[in-house]
Amino acid sequence: MNEEEQLMSEEEQLTTVREEATTVTPSVVPVKKREALFSKKNVQTLRDPLDDSNPVTVQVLGICSALAVTVQMKPALIMALGVTFVVAFSNLIVSMLRRTIPTRIRIIVQLIIVAMLVTIVDQLLKAYMFDISKKLSVFVGLIITNCIVMGRLEAFALAQRPWPAFLDGIGNGLGYGLILLVVAFFRELFGAGTLFGFKVVPQWAYDMGYVNNGLMVLPPAALFVIGIYIWWQRSRNRKLINAS
Amino acid sequence: MYELINIFIRAIFIENVIFAFFLGMCSFLAVSKKIKTASGLGLAVIFVMVLTTPLNYFILNYMLGEGALAWIHPSLASVDLTFLAFILFISTIAGAVQLVEMSVEKFMPALYASLGIFLPLITVNCSILGTSLFMQERQYTFAETAVFSLGAGVGFFLAIVLLAAIRERLRYSNVPQPLQGLGIAMIITALMGLAFLSFSGIKL
Repeated sequence: MNEEEQLMSEEEQLTTVREEATTVTPSVVPVKKREALFSKKNVQTLRDPLDDSNPVTVQVLGICSALAVTVQMKPALIMALGVTFVVAFSNLIVSMLRRTIPTRIRIIVQLIIVAMLVTIVDQLLKAYMFDISKKLSVFVGLIITNCIVMGRLEAFALAQRPWPAFLDGIGNGLGYGLILLVVAFFRELFGAGTLFGFKVVPQWAYDMGYVNNGLMVLPPAALFVIGIYIWWQRSRNRKLINAS
Repeated sequence: MYELINIFIRAIFIENVIFAFFLGMCSFLAVSKKIKTASGLGLAVIFVMVLTTPLNYFILNYMLGEGALAWIHPSLASVDLTFLAFILFISTIAGAVQLVEMSVEKFMPALYASLGIFLPLITVNCSILGTSLFMQERQYTFAETAVFSLGAGVGFFLAIVLLAAIRERLRYSNVPQPLQGLGIAMIITALMGLAFLSFSGIKL
């Protein structure tokens, strides 16, 4: 099976999940025994997005921002925290409201919830970390349209109870953050010779003729790094080759 | 007039939303398997972009910006609601997409059948919101906004059709198995981005 068919099937899955979410009537909820907060299934929900169903490399979500904010590690870390916050809480809120949102206008409702959370993050950054906020520029606003948020809302939160949805949000935020930090690590190390702003490549290396790689500062470098990461991940974990 | 043409050309080539800013990558990578579907999405993006960016221009300049409310009453001239821009921009986009979807479904069923699945996807295409935010950041006038949004849409169309064409040819090449699909698509996009970088030296 080649990748196109798989993408297709993934899309179909998404739509079926959506349909399921829309056809569930409030009256047919079976009374279940209370699950432990960190039951096996919940831990699975939290851990899966870190590797096997990583939002960036496997689900193909949230790539735009992964490219733009990974020139240095510090903005990447802040961005990852912001996205984790937004995904987790929008998942929680939408999951709590899932029976009251009319399906026809659900996208608008979801976007408004997300936009509210993003506005909070944006205002907080402007108040306490102004220089980082300048560096991230429009990309904080673009968390609203970060496909991770919408993708998880549509695929998970609309059909699940609040606590698993919250965990799923945290997991996906961390999985996204992992990729962001890996990419930022290579780009900052080879592009500027620093990590988190500290000098890592010693001065004598420069004296001997070592030069920072200017390509790493340009956005395409992030695509190369993610592409190679995908290569490494899939050759290590062969079942992913057919999984996405 | 020259200024408008410059903005148009710049938006397509030099500041291409995909290759210069890497906005809208998700749908760019997910829907670029076949030229036909790719051009369908590209057309839908052009349409929504041209519709929503000028709409957001009016919202920004007559409701949100500093002193924008002065047309209601002079005492409101000091009100600055810019921090609401995200919420209102995205609601305009979502609302416009929903309206377009419903009216196309009702009046042009044939077009709906070919575009149908892509229309809701466009709401979360970062390039649409990105275009609105760039419009705000660069303080374009109305004419400039209209031309810029058309150029950005055409740029997206061009990029996605180019990538789809390359990926269709890729079927005949021998790519290492773990790299097939998403991995090689990323690397191709990176190479195309490098090629588009060569436009950046051009002064208009």
